[in-house]
Amino acid sequence: MKTVYQRSKGLMDAPTHYCPGCTHGVIHKLVAETLEELGIIGTTVGVAPVGCSVFSYNYFACDMQEAAHGRAPAVATGIKRVHPDLAVFTYQGDGDLAAIGTAEIVHAAMRGEKITTIFVNNAIYGMTGGQMAPTTLVGQKATTAPFGRDKERQGSPLRMCEMLATIDGCVYAERVAAVDVPGILKAKRAIKKAFQLQLEGAGFTFVEVLSTCPTNWGLTPRDAIAWLKENMVPYFPLGVYKQ
Amino acid sequence: MTHEIIISGFGGQGVMAIGKTLAEAGMHEGLAVSWLPSYGPEMRGGTANCAVVLTSGEIISPMVQEPTELIAMNKPSLTKFEPTIAPGGMVFVNSSITEIKAQRTDIVAYYIPCLEIAHELGSAKVANMVMLGAYIAATGFIRPETIREMLTHIFTGPKAALVELNVEALRRGAGCVDG
Amino acid sequence: MKELWKGNEAVAEAAMRAGCRYFFGYPITPQNEIPEYLAKHMPARGGVFVQAESEIAAINMIYGASGAGARVMTSSSSPGISLKQEGITYLACAELPAVIVNMMRGGPGLGNIAPSQADYYQATRGGGNGDYRTIVLAPASIQEAADFTQEAFDLADVYRMPVIVLADGTIGQMMEAIEWRTPPRRELPAKEWATNGHRGERPHNIINSLFLDVADCEEQNCRLQERYELIAERETRYEEYMAEDAEVLFVAYGTSARLARAAVLKLRAQGVKAGLFRPITLWPFPEVALHARAAMPSMKAVIAAEMSTGQMIDDVKLAVNGIRPVYLVGRSGGAMPMPMELVELALEVLA
Repeated sequence: MKTVYQRSKGLMDAPTHYCPGCTHGVIHKLVAETLEELGIIGTTVGVAPVGCSVFSYNYFACDMQEAAHGRAPAVATGIKRVHPDLAVFTYQGDGDLAAIGTAEIVHAAMRGEKITTIFVNNAIYGMTGGQMAPTTLVGQKATTAPFGRDKERQGSPLRMCEMLATIDGCVYAERVAAVDVPGILKAKRAIKKAFQLQLEGAGFTFVEVLSTCPTNWGLTPRDAIAWLKENMVPYFPLGVYKQ
Repeated sequence: MTHEIIISGFGGQGVMAIGKTLAEAGMHEGLAVSWLPSYGPEMRGGTANCAVVLTSGEIISPMVQEPTELIAMNKPSLTKFEPTIAPGGMVFVNSSITEIKAQRTDIVAYYIPCLEIAHELGSAKVANMVMLGAYIAATGFIRPETIREMLTHIFTGPKAALVELNVEALRRGAGCVDG
Repeated sequence: MKELWKGNEAVAEAAMRAGCRYFFGYPITPQNEIPEYLAKHMPARGGVFVQAESEIAAINMIYGASGAGARVMTSSSSPGISLKQEGITYLACAELPAVIVNMMRGGPGLGNIAPSQADYYQATRGGGNGDYRTIVLAPASIQEAADFTQEAFDLADVYRMPVIVLADGTIGQMMEAIEWRTPPRRELPAKEWATNGHRGERPHNIINSLFLDVADCEEQNCRLQERYELIAERETRYEEYMAEDAEVLFVAYGTSARLARAAVLKLRAQGVKAGLFRPITLWPFPEVALHARAAMPSMKAVIAAEMSTGQMIDDVKLAVNGIRPVYLVGRSGGAMPMPMELVELALEVLA
């Protein structure tokens, strides 16, 4: 019998806890494939965030550390400075990276830490149950913005890719959306490129992946994808911001 | 034998350096020593002081409440610390910038024109060494050779000429208390 | 050979002598000479110094580097240590060794930069969230600051936990003559848990402090508590001074113990039998030894002396357990329990 598809060796044989229709699974797969294709599963340490992907330490086949909320770039800095020969990545959500951990991500980029950050932006706090994120769109409802995000009182969403691209130590920043086949292929290329640049010692590399949260958005998976394209992409334009 | 010394003055007068030199010299003489600075914003030009304890026994506490000797490099230091000096103690006053005299009669006071002497030697920077020279001469428990030896380790290479300048400053300070 | 060393620099040098090659920190007075010394000397010894963007980032770099298998240290002073509590509780739960130096200053809040001992509760009760402890070593001299810092690394590795060297601005800023000596080396367990790349030769390692399942989380807590009991049994340390025949006993640690020692001598000179009990490990607190000393028939009173409004005195009272009256000389905001105050109180309570 011919094998037409198999799980990447970069992933453990573990059922994930993600909700139906969530794109974390796809993004995990892209990272895992990258580790496998680059032959670095055994020489990589990943850092999991606090948020929906907190359990990613159970899913990735490389060594993993679980960081405090927002501190993944600091934890990754510690690992990379001890083992400059290893690949080190953080996998973070929008609350983790763009709210509580803003200082850590900005300064990891400033120092030009030779790490890769995979930033999953779904414009909502998933694990804690749908609270407002720093990337929640104006007008978008959240449990802590029940009338929709109000620009006057809650400000406008942070665009992390654009922000980090201004920092000298950041050598690569790209925003992708892993919600359809062309987008997933682009996301894979971006993630792989980020890891390759890290292995070359170029500096800090950053890939923002726009992602859906059907559960907390209150939409079916298919509608969530449509909502992302119609609402998130115009505010968070896809593309390469730093190269 | 125990000496508990407070050295006080403006930041930049070399107050900490007098203390450190005394502590290190004491250590070379086989004494137990401690050096405790006031620290923080004082270091940026305000008043600064340090406490030095030198003893042939063991150091109980590095904190000096009742100094056996006070080195006052300016007037505020004399005013502040004179009342704390142990009866029978000594005070060394930098008379170049302190016009007042010590008030107490149960202590011995020496007035050292540190700045004038330093200027005569060609460097205002050695004013603190003039004071140190006066102190070690009046107290007599640290040999000048010990400090000279230390200076030869501090000032090496192109700075070696500074050894003699500092030694001369010590000697001139000593002259102020020998009478 | 004796050398004159400033406390902060001695701590920094001691860390490198103990094999620490990774330091992550953030400036704060009165401990700045620690990061400054390491910034200057780490590179020549093949080490890494990183000035982090905050104390929070620094302690999390410690977490990452420790999890990666390295000997690591960070240092700060009171307000900065408050910020580090997040990382310390994670280190405790994830069972990661680390050395954390706190050169305490006046508080609460921004307080001042004067010496203080007001972080006793924070250091000895865990400090962060959850049920955990850290070993707390309290040096009273520069020699001890150098010795204890070196020992702290072995303790951290043996018990896989954060160890705190708790001193104050006085110890940090003071210079004393010390001798460099190597503490007796302990047998160190291999760090098989480290995330240093499995290279396909072992299962993947996970450094983690999340135990979502109730039974798992309780089991982890019990594991930690068992270890803490073992530490209390094996590692409790204290020193006594003229305590054998004392009728009044000072209990003091660190800088305060120096002052209490002076008070003991002053009282002895007046014919009063005073003594000093100095806890060296603040956690585990030497409660058994202190109880035995307080229970001596000659003992009339116990006086806690500390640079806080009364924190260690709680542990003193727990140890004495009501068999003797316990009094306090507690000074705060940078003030110290001066020998004369201690003498006066001792004479008063004995009268």
